[in-house]
Amino acid sequence: MHKYFPHTENDLKDMLAKVGVSSLEDLYAEVPQEIRFQGDYQLPSEMSELEVRQLFERLGSQNKQLVCFAGAGVYDHYMPSVIPNLLQRSEFLTSYTPYQAEISQGTLHYIFEYQSMMAELTGMDISNASMYDGTTATAEAVMMAVAAGKKQRKVLVSETVDPKTVDVVKTYAHFHGIDIEMIAAKEGVTDLAAMRSQLSAGDVAGVVVQQPNYYGIIEDYTGVADAVHEQKALFIMNSVIADLALLKTPGEWGADIAVGDGQSLGIPMQWGGPYVGYMCCTEKLIRKMPGRIVGKTLDNRGQRAFVLTLQAREQHIRRQKATSNICSNQSLMALFVTIYCSLMGKQGLKEAAELSYAGAHYLCDELLKTGRFSLAYQQPFFNEFVVRYDGDVDALQHRLLELGIFGGVKVDDHQLMFAVTEKRTKEEIDKLIELL
Amino acid sequence: MNNRLYGNLIFELSQEGRRGYSLPKNRFGSYELPASMRRAEDAQLPECDEMTVVRHYTNLSANNFGVDNGFYPLGSCTMKYNPKINEEMAALPQFSGLHPLQPAETTRGAEAICTLLCKSLCELTGLHAFTLKPFAGAHGELTGLMVIKKYHESRGDESRRLVIVPDSAHGTNPASAAVCGLEIIEVKSLSDGTVDVEALKALLAEHGPEVAAMMMTNPNTLGLFERQIPVIQKMVHDVGALMYYDGANLNPMLGAARPGDMGFDVMHINLHKTFSTPHGGGGPGAGPVGVRQGLESFFPNVSPYHGNFAVAMRAYAYILSLGRENVKLVGPLATLNANYIKECLKDVYELPIEGLCKHEFVFDGLKDKSTGVTTMDVAKRLLDYGYHAPTIYFPLLFHESLMIEPTENESKETIDGFIRVMRQIAEEAKTDPELVKSAPHNTPIGRVDDVLAAKHPITTYRQLKADLS
Repeated sequence: MHKYFPHTENDLKDMLAKVGVSSLEDLYAEVPQEIRFQGDYQLPSEMSELEVRQLFERLGSQNKQLVCFAGAGVYDHYMPSVIPNLLQRSEFLTSYTPYQAEISQGTLHYIFEYQSMMAELTGMDISNASMYDGTTATAEAVMMAVAAGKKQRKVLVSETVDPKTVDVVKTYAHFHGIDIEMIAAKEGVTDLAAMRSQLSAGDVAGVVVQQPNYYGIIEDYTGVADAVHEQKALFIMNSVIADLALLKTPGEWGADIAVGDGQSLGIPMQWGGPYVGYMCCTEKLIRKMPGRIVGKTLDNRGQRAFVLTLQAREQHIRRQKATSNICSNQSLMALFVTIYCSLMGKQGLKEAAELSYAGAHYLCDELLKTGRFSLAYQQPFFNEFVVRYDGDVDALQHRLLELGIFGGVKVDDHQLMFAVTEKRTKEEIDKLIELL
Repeated sequence: MNNRLYGNLIFELSQEGRRGYSLPKNRFGSYELPASMRRAEDAQLPECDEMTVVRHYTNLSANNFGVDNGFYPLGSCTMKYNPKINEEMAALPQFSGLHPLQPAETTRGAEAICTLLCKSLCELTGLHAFTLKPFAGAHGELTGLMVIKKYHESRGDESRRLVIVPDSAHGTNPASAAVCGLEIIEVKSLSDGTVDVEALKALLAEHGPEVAAMMMTNPNTLGLFERQIPVIQKMVHDVGALMYYDGANLNPMLGAARPGDMGFDVMHINLHKTFSTPHGGGGPGAGPVGVRQGLESFFPNVSPYHGNFAVAMRAYAYILSLGRENVKLVGPLATLNANYIKECLKDVYELPIEGLCKHEFVFDGLKDKSTGVTTMDVAKRLLDYGYHAPTIYFPLLFHESLMIEPTENESKETIDGFIRVMRQIAEEAKTDPELVKSAPHNTPIGRVDDVLAAKHPITTYRQLKADLS
């Protein structure tokens, strides 16, 4: 037998006898013959562990690891060694959703810590136990705004929100029967006058903005919350969570729901996933929140304990009337960012954000000095920015690629978007400039 | 596992001035975020040295029970062994360091894994194409229903807003339909636990032109194979609707029957169940969606990149490790384990439906109900003996559902041990019912007060501190 199967010949014989059948085949006696699978699957033959390793390493060598100056929602931050080590603790890795609180206090404790940290970073009252990623969390927030509203069916989304997020939101909205109306951008930021007039047209359940926005720009949302609330709509803000160590928070801007991706808290880019979505909101929206929530309680021995709570919102209880169909969270990735925030702490997270901010501004200055780049927007930015290039963007990116550098994300034929994290050294930036 | 609670929160270990990080020096000069754009107050995150953090999470982990600790017969969840090599492969820096927007010529190896995995999934399910975009099982259901809705829309068939689900369906089925803007109608089960074909016929006769799809899991949530599937799929297709396969129960079908051959058009697979990727305390999983030829152009954009790519890597490593010789034994061995437990316990636990089960089966509590010991009590007492509890109170068809799923990885000794303990608990229920009703006794905490948690929600450390003062 294979190393994953413990059955000996004797075991098979004894067990089949107890069941009262004569072969494994007979266990499927009720499956109609015409749909029984016969023969062999067209799959590779069994591989030894060594062969599996060799295959993955060979495939890995067909990828190219690059010095990454790209962002656009996914950032190359440093992962402290402690994290992968602790994430491999079997008790965390191989457990299920913590329904059995008595033997899941490990998971429930760290989710409580996670919720606390997300609420702190976003400046909101509460957080759920996490969502799939930033794009689906935003889509869930949009549905939540509609569910919390009074029959309004429209949600306004700023054009400065990441287009990949907008795409996913539009997918959900189309099927859920929500109208998405885009708010125009002006000079790289949300056109607030346009937003006000769209709001006054009525039927709006929510308004979605991003901070820093897709272009890395720090927008000024003064007065937006009031305008949105005047129309009895909810203000949804999507943020790059690591930046909130320094930036004015969604809570301070008056957001009702704060969402986004937690990837910037050290999660490897791993070609797009898994990451973790966060969702935080005001206390009064707690019963409209999708997903798992962990709360404090007591056990029958009088000990402080944690437990999945407010489950009457969820699919396994409410079925089609649930706040969402979401069933899991991204628990292990929530553990990831919880350990990250524990290590970095109050100071470290700020310092890493300051380094990213400084590095990006240094790179920007150096790019402008070459005389071939200009800032696309005269706006304050955080650790990402868009520049116009006076040459061929494709040719430039290609040349950098040959030298092992991912030279930003192409915005259009004349514009590139660069991101810098604490991982990029001065040498790497200087080399990039030199190669230009 | 701990038998006493390690109960600290990281915030309670914090001391101002400690730090658990080291960062490079800032050599970029003095660039500073203007004060007007800064938050007024720092986020109140803990301040701990590195070892304190490591000990804290190590000790927390010991409050948990995982598949690596012991038998985890949690029905419907397929808690199989999560091979270690898969973890190592998924963490290879040649993959984990890839930015999702990197040019295709720099990600050929990653792409190859996705292509090879999709091809394997097609072969194992008898479907034509897969998308790896969905992040989880429920996300896959939603994606699959979107495919179905788009298919009908593409034919100008806009009136199909109903989804038929058996009354034994997973809760996510109706919830996914609702998110997708569809409505649910339930079809009753017969007393043998399978779909009532006559009732289905009546529903289809009444609602035929409005039905978008029928969602089924096969075997169903009672672990019973729906023998009438050839008839059912024909009836549903005859009214112009599509068949959706909820892949939550795919494991016993490996080596036995393929959803595509059963007549299903669209399905999702929980890679974290059938393909051995870890559940991680509730995620991340992955829910690839497969379709019959002609439907692949309707895959919606439900996530920005390649889904949970590192989860897909683990699943592919698992398929390679098993190979074609062993993949086909997965279903039969899991099914053998389940039937063996059922036969060894059905004299003391109430088996509502006789006959062969597939990977799982459901007891309706203890046979002797006079003791007042409930399914909840049995589940909690199991924890004392070092086993995870089965799934309880689901499916909703019985009052005292106790749903047991042993995977193919469990040895006869492990299973015999479980059987002995289940019999002992049945005995205790007679001789000392209080012992069972007050269980668990040997776990880090006892039973929790769910009502208190919901009535007075405290979900952050800030609230917890405010509550104390």
